[in-house]
Amino acid sequence: MLALVSPALLVILLLIVLPVGWLAWQSIYHDGFTLENYRRVFTEDIYWRSFALTFEISLAVTVIALLLGYPVAYLANSVPRGWSILILSLVVLPFWTSVLVRAYAWLALLQRTGVINQFLRYLEVISEPLALVHNTFGTVVATVHILLPFMVLPLYATMQKIPGDLMQAGASLGASPSLTFVRVFLPLSLPGVLAGCTMVFVLCLGFYITPELLGGGRTVMVSMLVSRNVELYNQFGAASAVAVVLLLSVLVIFFVVSRFISLDRVLGQR
Amino acid sequence: MMRASPARILLYVISALVLVYLIMPVLIIAPISFSGARFLSFPPPSFSTRWYQQYFSNPAWMQATRVTLTVAFLTVVIATPLGVAAAYAICQSKLRIMRIVHMALLLPLVVPIIITAVGIFFVYAKIGLVATMPGLVLANVMLGLPYVVISVLAGLQSFDPAQEMVARSLGMNRLRSFFAVTLPQIKSSVVAGGIFAFISAMDETIVALFISGGQYQPLTKRMFTALRDEIDPTIAAISTLMTAASFMLVLLATRLRRRNASC
Repeated sequence: MLALVSPALLVILLLIVLPVGWLAWQSIYHDGFTLENYRRVFTEDIYWRSFALTFEISLAVTVIALLLGYPVAYLANSVPRGWSILILSLVVLPFWTSVLVRAYAWLALLQRTGVINQFLRYLEVISEPLALVHNTFGTVVATVHILLPFMVLPLYATMQKIPGDLMQAGASLGASPSLTFVRVFLPLSLPGVLAGCTMVFVLCLGFYITPELLGGGRTVMVSMLVSRNVELYNQFGAASAVAVVLLLSVLVIFFVVSRFISLDRVLGQR
Repeated sequence: MMRASPARILLYVISALVLVYLIMPVLIIAPISFSGARFLSFPPPSFSTRWYQQYFSNPAWMQATRVTLTVAFLTVVIATPLGVAAAYAICQSKLRIMRIVHMALLLPLVVPIIITAVGIFFVYAKIGLVATMPGLVLANVMLGLPYVVISVLAGLQSFDPAQEMVARSLGMNRLRSFFAVTLPQIKSSVVAGGIFAFISAMDETIVALFISGGQYQPLTKRMFTALRDEIDPTIAAISTLMTAASFMLVLLATRLRRRNASC
């Protein structure tokens, strides 16, 4: 049996474990051991600001995705099967469109001469085009769009397992629909909320394409810090240290979350 | 039947808006790609296929397309058997280490892709695999493996292993019984896993940005570079074709999966 897994395992070891290990090594070793790279990451302004910005954006994206995703998952769970399949297909459809294609679509929609600005000017709501892209706003709009399915699917999976009788029981005991929702349904859906939020937050931490294409150079997320240190400045040690800190953040989040819910629940959605 | 309370109506409205938000970008690309205008405008002032002509007559785009299709094809050919073998072993074996193996195979989904990309770039730079075809294919095999493993494991869960035992008790060896009994029954989840690996390789951008170069640049890398400079409607044409390809493949994969689930 071990012989059967070994080719796949070898690919994983050589192409992800070894490269990440290399990064970790490179972050502390350059003609001798050094913590200089980490000193820079933790003390220099540009690194700090980028990490802070990345966590802020990830938090905002997670909260928005939850607020948008919860109603959709709730609706999909409460309508007849045919409708819920339709809703879920609409959610998953963009999932299988290349992230790059969707970033391009958002550029087309949001730019100064883009679809939304032209439409708003046609309606004479605005006279000057709004700056919707090449800033943090555009980044967040596109990132939420890309990550929303990762929120809706675990939410829906959890809601499916909540027995409908419980709601009826609540109603029969005299609770109003909103009270049954708050006291019964919402608490029972929390594992799904946690799974969805974890996935969205973690994926957002490492997001690269949308901030690079829609951030206009001002929204420097951690992933861009890594790539610029490699491509522009040849600062391999610094890039590695940033990558290691990012990876550790992700692993810590997964570890903490795994104390509350099974990780299969978080990862099994794709 | 539930009465349409104000809360319920609000739920419908919000959900509808969210679904429009999800779908709009996917739908906007196709009309732009058929626009006759040089600059992006909506609705398009005239209908034309010039961006498609531009795409099909440009040698650089065509070369990139060949690279993408070759990489995606080779990825499927390599990742599918590796993934099937691994999933089968994970499912059959009771060794505790298999849980760790299972987790390891899902690593590509856990490690932020930018970190994987930079790490692979450093390793490739040492051994001379940057800007080569084998380098690109290997990276995509690694990224595609989890999809095959997840899909095949799901297929194996609905398969009764006793059937294979019967075949073996009748004198078939393990290999033959796998090909004669097990594989035909999990065929559709194998194909579905392969399709997802293909799409993953076709859409992969970030690793390619770091490790591909020269004549071995896939479509996504050229598109990314082009997007940084200007918005060329040729990209809308390519995007439309890519999206259409993805959707057809996903449709195929989900139909296969559903058929598999029913037997």
